[in-house]
Amino acid sequence: MNITLASFLYLAAAVAFIIGLKRLQSPVTARRGNQLAGLGMLIAIIVTLLISDIISPWIVVAGLVVGGAVGGFLARTVEMTAMPQLVAAFNGFGGGASALVAAAEFLKSDALPLRTDITIVLSTVIGAVTLSGSFVAYAKLQGLVSGQPVGYPGQKIGDPVLAAIIVGLSVWVVAGGSASVLWLLVLAALILGVIRVLPIGGADMPVVISFLNAFSGLAASMAGFVIDSNALIISGALVGASGLILTNIMVKAMNRSLGNVLFGAFGAAAMEGGPGAIGEKPVRSATADDVAVTLAYAGSVIVVPGYGLAVAQAQHNLKELTNLLEERGVDVRYAIHPVAGRMPGHMNVLLAEADVEYEKLYDLDQIQDQFPRTDVALIVGANDVVNPGARDDETSPIYGMPILDVDKATTAIVIKRSLSPGFAGIDNPLFYLDNTMMYFADAKRAMTDLVTAVKEA
Amino acid sequence: MADLVIPITVFVLAAYVGFEVITKVPPQLHTPLMSGSNAISGVTIIGALVVAARGDTTVAAVLGFLAVAFAMINVVGGFLVTDRMLEMFQKKDKP
Repeated sequence: MNITLASFLYLAAAVAFIIGLKRLQSPVTARRGNQLAGLGMLIAIIVTLLISDIISPWIVVAGLVVGGAVGGFLARTVEMTAMPQLVAAFNGFGGGASALVAAAEFLKSDALPLRTDITIVLSTVIGAVTLSGSFVAYAKLQGLVSGQPVGYPGQKIGDPVLAAIIVGLSVWVVAGGSASVLWLLVLAALILGVIRVLPIGGADMPVVISFLNAFSGLAASMAGFVIDSNALIISGALVGASGLILTNIMVKAMNRSLGNVLFGAFGAAAMEGGPGAIGEKPVRSATADDVAVTLAYAGSVIVVPGYGLAVAQAQHNLKELTNLLEERGVDVRYAIHPVAGRMPGHMNVLLAEADVEYEKLYDLDQIQDQFPRTDVALIVGANDVVNPGARDDETSPIYGMPILDVDKATTAIVIKRSLSPGFAGIDNPLFYLDNTMMYFADAKRAMTDLVTAVKEA
Repeated sequence: MADLVIPITVFVLAAYVGFEVITKVPPQLHTPLMSGSNAISGVTIIGALVVAARGDTTVAAVLGFLAVAFAMINVVGGFLVTDRMLEMFQKKDKP
């Protein structure tokens, strides 16, 4: 194939990506948009195969078949509740691929121009950090390692030293270091990804996943500089922009800075300063029947879902409950906090899977003023995002984080397994309010019991 | 370094287009946005294929195979899972 024609086809692929992303602006056009982007990718792959001198076809075929099969299998079998860890894993693979491409380019020839050396180093480092960081995030989300912040002694000194080593090795590679220096650099970058993500707690995962998403895009863009591919540069920049926007939204929704999330060791600090009286104050504990009666005779209910809903996989049971309530004439809406769950939009996907109409889902800003006019706020597996301390208590570690004002509803019903504090170790004053009913149960069990109880109410 | 001007120009303009397009994506679709854009970042498969195609030494062959496999997991998995999610969003539209 003629190179000029190939360049135009690559451009067409890049345009397909942009239009595909644009169509994600509405749920109606989104699916077509994604398919268009997929078509763009297919074009890019075919063009590349046609213009390359394929010396080792079996390697190409083996890679395509193995990768395609694994990716297809994961995509088809994953539970919607496990979406955050799947996206984290895919991010890791993308970053890893970009690092490998750059490393292979470095090994190909001895005398590379300065600019190529620099972009190779950038692509390798960013890609390797994305790879290891994403898999640590995956392990945390999957429960393979603790969701709590995990640090190591001397981290405050160790991290900057490692960063300095990476900078040093990078300069060495650019200044003419051999392949073994590059491998050392890869190793150092992999370690950096691990030790930077391990100290970040589970509830901060929406920020981390978004940030790694930006990184995987940046790595692809850098790989595009290395191999002189505009298609790669453009696509990588799009993804980098997308990841940064999401990171920014997540950080704002927690009233924190990116630096604070990545380097704050938030959980550790919060636990030292947290109030000690957890569980000693009186709470109003309710049975399934109490809760069912309150819900069944309410005029309006706002459901506030959180990560506990995902863990218990209770989205279908929740939908069954709200169906019953709606049949009884109760007005049911859902309030989605931006950082509910473990990734941006996590709750929306779960509720979409359970066939909840998206017109009933409201953002924080859209529904905040509705709580004082609502009979019942039903909190299912959420904690920090409904903690009034973030609004009222200046000493709270999460003071200033925007929360859903569920305490302003006539009654707040909290479904939670126990009184244990959320990830951050912060007590929640909501649990001790007079108008709060605590229903201690696993979210799924609670939903099935409530369905039975509401039918009898 | 002068030959970096054009690629950097492309990068900056593309990032700008990305910001403009993606800022308007509603929060409801943020998960599909992330998995879909993630699939797009798998475009690094272009580079991976070039590397794999010239796998003349053992090291190059191993690197090439891994690069293509990784990128392919990212691409195929990313687009398919996004499609699965968006199908769920879309069916809410039918009366």
